Formats: sequence, C-alpha cells, structure tokens
Amino acid sequence: MIRLGLPSKGRLQEAAVEWLAARGVIVERAEEGREYAGRVTGVEDVSLALLSAAEIPQELAAGRIHLGVTGEDLVRETIPGWEAKIDLGLPLGFGHADLVVAVPAVWVDVETLHDLDAAAAQFRRAHGRRLRIATKYHNLARAFLAERGVADFQLVDSQGATEATALHRTAEAIVDITSSGETLRANHLKVLEDGLILASEARLCRSLAAPLSPEQATALARLAGRLGLPLG
Amino acid sequence: MAAARAYLPGGRIGAGLEALTALRARIMARFMDAGAEPVEPETLISADLLLDLYGEDIRARAYILHDPVEGELALRPDFTVPVARLHMEGGAAPARYAYEGLVWRRQAPGSARPAEYLQAGIELIGGADPAAEEAEAFTLIEGALMGVETRAMTGDLSIAFAAIAALRTTEPRRAALRRHLWRPARFQALLDRFAAPPPPSPSRARLLAMAEPARRAEIAAAGGFVGARGEAEILGRLAVLAAEEAAPPLAAEEKAMIEAVLKVRGPSSEALSRLRALARPEMAPALDRMERRLDALAARGVEAGALPFDAAFGRNLEYYDGFVFEFRAARPGLPPLGGGGRYDALTALLSTGPGEPAVGGIVRPEALLAASA
Repeated sequence: MIRLGLPSKGRLQEAAVEWLAARGVIVERAEEGREYAGRVTGVEDVSLALLSAAEIPQELAAGRIHLGVTGEDLVRETIPGWEAKIDLGLPLGFGHADLVVAVPAVWVDVETLHDLDAAAAQFRRAHGRRLRIATKYHNLARAFLAERGVADFQLVDSQGATEATALHRTAEAIVDITSSGETLRANHLKVLEDGLILASEARLCRSLAAPLSPEQATALARLAGRLGLPLG
Repeated sequence: MAAARAYLPGGRIGAGLEALTALRARIMARFMDAGAEPVEPETLISADLLLDLYGEDIRARAYILHDPVEGELALRPDFTVPVARLHMEGGAAPARYAYEGLVWRRQAPGSARPAEYLQAGIELIGGADPAAEEAEAFTLIEGALMGVETRAMTGDLSIAFAAIAALRTTEPRRAALRRHLWRPARFQALLDRFAAPPPPSPSRARLLAMAEPARRAEIAAAGGFVGARGEAEILGRLAVLAAEEAAPPLAAEEKAMIEAVLKVRGPSSEALSRLRALARPEMAPALDRMERRLDALAARGVEAGALPFDAAFGRNLEYYDGFVFEFRAARPGLPPLGGGGRYDALTALLSTGPGEPAVGGIVRPEALLAASA
C-alpha cells in the first residue's frame, strides 16, 4: 500500500480530486460524520491521507506519505533542503499563485528592486530603523532579497491579511501571494517590475524520503504510470 | 557519538576532553600574558541588536529564540559584538580582552559545518597605534596556533574604501558602493549600472521631466499613503533620481581603477607596489598604513613581504572594515583555524559617540586540536 496525501478541504482538494478522476483514479469521501477519511479506487494499493495543506510538505519530507498534492510555494518555504527530500513532480495546472514583492502604489519613485534598496537606505536614514516588509514567507523572501542585494529591510511576521499591513502602518511593503492582483490594488499596493519571487502552482509531489518495499514500488510505478508522473 | 563535538570525535569526556581543556587554558594564558583582561560576555544577545548590525541575513546564520517577555534573543554567533559592547559601556580607556567559549551558527541543510563550536579570542580596543596593534593581533593569533601548519591570507578593506572615496563621480554613487562593498555581486551590478545607466522607463522619464508641483499631483493620484514612508521621502528620492539622470555615467577609467584595485592579489610587498601604481593620490594614506603594518609585522618576526594578500579578501566577512587575516588549515575538512580583523565602524554603531579603533581575532580550539592530532 502506498499513501497519497491530499488537502482535506477547499478548492485545491476539489481540483485535485477532479484531476485524479480524469485519469481514472477515484477519490471516495467517506460517509457523513467522518469527514477526513476516504479511499481511493480505480487503482490498486493506494490509501488516502487527507491533511491540512501545510502538513503535506512536512509529511512528504518525513517520508510518511509517498505522494502528495501541494503548492510549490509551501514546499520551498517550509522544507529546508527540500531538494533532497521532495521531488516536485508534476505541475497540475491549477492553484496558480505568484509570490511577489509589493510596495505602496504611491511610491512613484520605486519601480524595481534596485529602487526598493535605495528607498530602504533612505528610509533608515530618515527614520532610524529598517524598512518593514510583512510576510509569512520568511525564508523565500529573505533568500530572494539577499540574492538581489536589497539591504536595510526588516521582515515582520504576518500570518493573514498581509495586504492590509501597510494600510494599518505595521509595514511599508509586503511579500505575499497574489493571483489577480486585485487585492493588492484595493490595498493601494503595486508589484515591483522584477518582484516576482516564484510563480507557484499545485504539484503532485513525490517523497524522496519514504521507504519503498518491493510491493510499494510496484504500486507506486503503477499509479505514476496512470498519472503520467515521471519517477526519475 | 555522544562525545563528538566540532571536528573532534571524542572531546566531551575522558582524555579527549582533558586535551581540549588543557589547550583552551594554554590559549587563554597566552592572551593574558599579552596583557589581556579575561571577560565572559553573555550567551543570549538581543536579536534586535544583531539584526540592526547585520540585517535580516543573520536569521539564516544565527539561532533566534523567542521569549514571551524579552522578545527575540540570539544565541551569540560570535564574541566580537558582546565584547565590544562590554568595552563601550565600561568607559573609553584603551583595553584588551581575552575570552573563550561556545558560539552557535545555523548551517545550511546538508552542511558538514558544526552548529556549535568553541572560539578563543582577543580584542584590542582603543589603541593609539593601529598598524602596531594589527600586527600584534595577527601574531597573537598565529602564536596561539602553536606551530600547527596553516596558510595565512590577508586583506585590507580600507583600501577598497579609499578607492571608492577617490572615485570621480557623485556622492550618492560613492555612498551606494560603500554600502554594498560586503555584497560583491550587488557592488558589481551597481558599478555596471553607474557606467552604463539603463534608460529610464517611460513613466520615470515623464516624472523626472516634471517640476515639483506636478510630481506632487502625480503622487496624490497614485494612491493613498500607506506605511510610514511619506511624500517628503518620495519627492526627495525623485530629486536624487533626477540628479542621477543628469549626471554623466561613471567614466570607464574610474570603473577600471576600482576593479583593478579589487583584483590585486599576491605576496604583500608585490601587492603593495601594484596598489601604489594603481592608486590615486587620495589613496596614499591607506597604502602608507598597509606599509607601516608590514613593517610592524616584520619587526615581530613575520615574513611580511611574502604574506599572501588579496584586496577582495574580507568582502564576505561582515563588519570588518580594515585589515583582515585568516589562517587556513593545511589538513582538508577543517575550517580556518584562526582569523580576525579590524572593525572600527562596528564600535561606532555600538556607541553613542564616535567609536574607537578596534582589532581582534579568534582561534577555533577544537579544529586546532584536530589539526595537531
């Protein structure tokens, strides 16, 4: 038996169930009262694990599930050294979200990361503190800004409604995911021209850490063949 | 494996621990013989202090702990900052300090480097003869290596700063280069940009062609003010951008000069001659200082002229701003056994006054013991 992890609810789950069904892999939710259980039919020896979206990268990295549907952004943000633990597998064509650096639209002098860095230096001189950037993607934001040579900023944690932090004066800029950009505009923000950190989408990921018995290897190969997932 | 520690398979118990303890004591005794006062700085440091000094990058390199009352604290990633703080709080008299103990560094996934290791070091703060003190710090650390085979490397970031100061260009460009000297890729990108400025975007060209009232109207139309950066700052930076736009590009010979200075490497005496040949008159004091240091090293018995020098060495070592040195282990798999440098600017950041001249260095006792085994 191999274990397949899917999000326990929401649009990502619906889309994943549809995507699997189109390839003959049927996810059956259990009857009422046992919401987070279910089974997989249409292919042999596959069991289902319904998990919160944030747990799927963790379970893949720990090798407790063999396959899982999750966002590339979550894998890259939450699993240090993910390359050794998780194969990003197949892009699924849904769950698109861009992780971007956004600043107030009123900053007409800031169009690029070069401008942001200059504005951060100026801000520190004027205010005696570092320019605040709100995000929940601390690792991706820090690595991206460091690699591009942006200095004199401070990451502040924001676990929700990040777009509103500038409006509430708890940050000057943000790093967050956006799909249409509408929420950013409604909160007086704009994306920097070179501020795209990651164009993320949902992926069928494979654990590189999960042990495979010969039977499990057979089951994985069979499922992978059905789904078009390369097992490189 | 419970007895394993940085670079030593059995340094926590029995004979392994005894050997290490004896080595630590010998190193401290040497530093104290040189007139250093022993100090024991705190293990938990205010994370805000480190973040202000090093930027967010320190989060990837230090362990940050969360205390519900105190806020964020860092396990000390080095001794220089807490020792310099002890000095700055204690008064301005020249002093020298010796210390040893654990430091903690977060390492990248898959790295073989230890997250916890010992340092033993010395800091000379407030002295009156910088060249002599640099030579002394170098020879104190070299002496603490007790004859274990190493290859020395030296550099001097004050020469790069002098070259930036001598650039014939605008002050904002020089300031940007000074600010990013420790980020070599960004530094090079800035040089390239100043030498061949990219054409402004259409929206920027339009803004820069406007007088201030029109710029104000443009800002007002762009959106509401959110965050703490206000109209004055936006207008101020537009003025800087307009001046930059009007300034001539950085001349090719200016860019070539600073690139050539940063590429100088070789034995110190040859490096100094090459730097003299490249240097503008304004850079002479920095080179005179290097020469005095080489003389002071020679007076202490170092083959100073042959000492390897690299003008770019130290650009990845945060907070050093002058002489830098390192003793690399001959045996593979070990980190540099010792190193240090000058950090005058750091003392200024840690004090309310102008700061003080300061130079210091450390050895890694565990790696040293592993290298001498």
